[in-house]
Amino acid sequence: MNNILKRNKREKRFQFYGLFAVGLAIFLLLILLFKIFSTGFSAFNQTYLGVKIQIEKNVNLSELDARSVLRENIRNMFPEVVSRSDKKNLYSLFSPGAYIEFEEMLNSNNEETIDGYYYFLASDDLDMYFKGTVARQGNSAGKIKPNQMKFVDDFERMNLIKLQYNKYLLGSADSRNPEMAGILGAIYGSLFAILIAFATSFPLGILTAIYLEKLAKRNAFSDLIETNINNLAAVPSIVFGLLGLAIFLNFFELPRSASLVGGLTLGLMTLPTIVIASRSAIKSVPPSIEEASIGLGSSKIQTIFNFTLPLAMPGILTGTIIGIARAIGETAPLLMIGMVAFIVDIPQGPLDASTALPVQIFLWQDSPERAFVERTSAAIIVLLIFLFLLNITAVYLRKKLEKKW
Amino acid sequence: MSESLKIAVKNLNVFYGKKQALFDINLNIFENEVTSLIGPSGCGKSTLIKCFNRMNDLIDICKYNGEVLIDGKNINDPSTDPVSLRTRVGMVFQKPNPFPKSVYENIAYGPKLHGMYKNKNDLDELVVSSLQKAGLFNEVKDRLFEPGTGLSGGQQQRLCIARALAVNPEIILMDEPCSALDPIATAKIEELIEDLKQKYTIVIVTHSMQQAARVSNRTAYMHMGELVETGLTKNIFSNPEHAKTQDYITGRIG
Repeated sequence: MNNILKRNKREKRFQFYGLFAVGLAIFLLLILLFKIFSTGFSAFNQTYLGVKIQIEKNVNLSELDARSVLRENIRNMFPEVVSRSDKKNLYSLFSPGAYIEFEEMLNSNNEETIDGYYYFLASDDLDMYFKGTVARQGNSAGKIKPNQMKFVDDFERMNLIKLQYNKYLLGSADSRNPEMAGILGAIYGSLFAILIAFATSFPLGILTAIYLEKLAKRNAFSDLIETNINNLAAVPSIVFGLLGLAIFLNFFELPRSASLVGGLTLGLMTLPTIVIASRSAIKSVPPSIEEASIGLGSSKIQTIFNFTLPLAMPGILTGTIIGIARAIGETAPLLMIGMVAFIVDIPQGPLDASTALPVQIFLWQDSPERAFVERTSAAIIVLLIFLFLLNITAVYLRKKLEKKW
Repeated sequence: MSESLKIAVKNLNVFYGKKQALFDINLNIFENEVTSLIGPSGCGKSTLIKCFNRMNDLIDICKYNGEVLIDGKNINDPSTDPVSLRTRVGMVFQKPNPFPKSVYENIAYGPKLHGMYKNKNDLDELVVSSLQKAGLFNEVKDRLFEPGTGLSGGQQQRLCIARALAVNPEIILMDEPCSALDPIATAKIEELIEDLKQKYTIVIVTHSMQQAARVSNRTAYMHMGELVETGLTKNIFSNPEHAKTQDYITGRIG
């Protein structure tokens, strides 16, 4: 009797340990997510400064020099500014992007007169101050000097500072100016690389798995291949980067920093994962079904394509998506093949130089500008969403394919 | 009883790696008869039956020598294509193994594979007639497009028989077809075997001596990889020549 009580107690205790482990994992994960989201969320908005713009009716807009016209209009708001250093201090509250925005505004404007308040991109230092990331200390805040602060106060008094949606973050590639830096280039780079990695490793992986599991005769050679594939799965990813560097860049002379090379390298890295997952999925197909197919006069290959592969597909896809998801977050091999470069153009195809999301995160977290902190977190959020979507796809495909009994 | 020879096994030896599974088997199987193979577990009954459609080819380490003649032609000859052989020699397995497809697709798979029909109507007819031959049609006629795996165990096994019949074989091999079924389902399969022998030659492996006695014309008793005795079922069960056979059928070994 006592014994049973003891045993029940032990089971209860063990259950508690399990619950505790799960709880702890969830708790830590929540802390991480909270930290990333609370830091990164503000990066989706951006500080803008209002400027009163007045341009005469009879001026040909496209012939204006946007830079000097905008500066002139800014100066008109502060008639007291005359000295060179004051002007410089005033202008530097604006981002270089403000001039580009102004030029775009001029080009797209069909009205003949421009008269009113328009908002232009502020510098990252002002952005940090306005969002409260950098606290005000007397008359300065971070890199904003006292003789700049008076302009900031004026703008605030006139109610001309506001937050707007940050169109740069998701709409442009990297930039030296944090307020203009975006991850679209990195998203494209990651997308190309992942598609290429999938397109190479998925068919190769399945074919390898089929060969090893169904067609190869058991001998020393097949054992050797098997051992090597299992070992490859444990090889550090940076070694695959070196492999990609040696093969694709040095031997085949493919373009450096291109997502094609990144994709091929990530594909190589994913291959063992896919082979191992596919093999275990193929192995778990009931042999009775294959026997039935063979017994009806199907050939080996017909049996594989009619029954083994369809039945193994959910498992194969799950393994593949896990491998691909790992590849998306991989940074080290991409560093080796030069996808770590500073690239301000959005890649138009897999042969263009580009970065990838994790590399962009790596680059930004290394930057000294304070404004890159929240952008790093924002990029992480985007990467997490990417991975989340991929996992949803995996679950969906699995459910859909399993429905066929 | 027609007495015309369908399968002749001559000096057949089978090895799994270094282990010899069958020793010098000589056996005759006659057309339109049911021949049952009996014997204790591990005596090589299933190995022998798989030699008739070369299913043993799938096992890497399996090697064999000797002859298996079907209609006088040696199927172990390199010129025989095992894939087309298997359409002539159908097989029903121990555990019902319908494909994870609909009842209809289960039957239609073989004919589709071998292009045995002209149009959709042809195929429909073939599916219906195969199900009728297996005595299953009335039970599943409303469920043709539901999963074959949703049928009961006995129905699944008859579905597997219908599937084998659909490619119009000459010989049907049955490897303990009733071992996973209840007595009522077993009785139905036995009735079916009785019907089928009018058109097909049937070889059945069974652990049930009553079943062998009920359904088969001839019986072969195997022991430790050797064929001990073969003959008409009624003789084997009433008057066995060998002491080992006597021991087995009276339940002293096995």
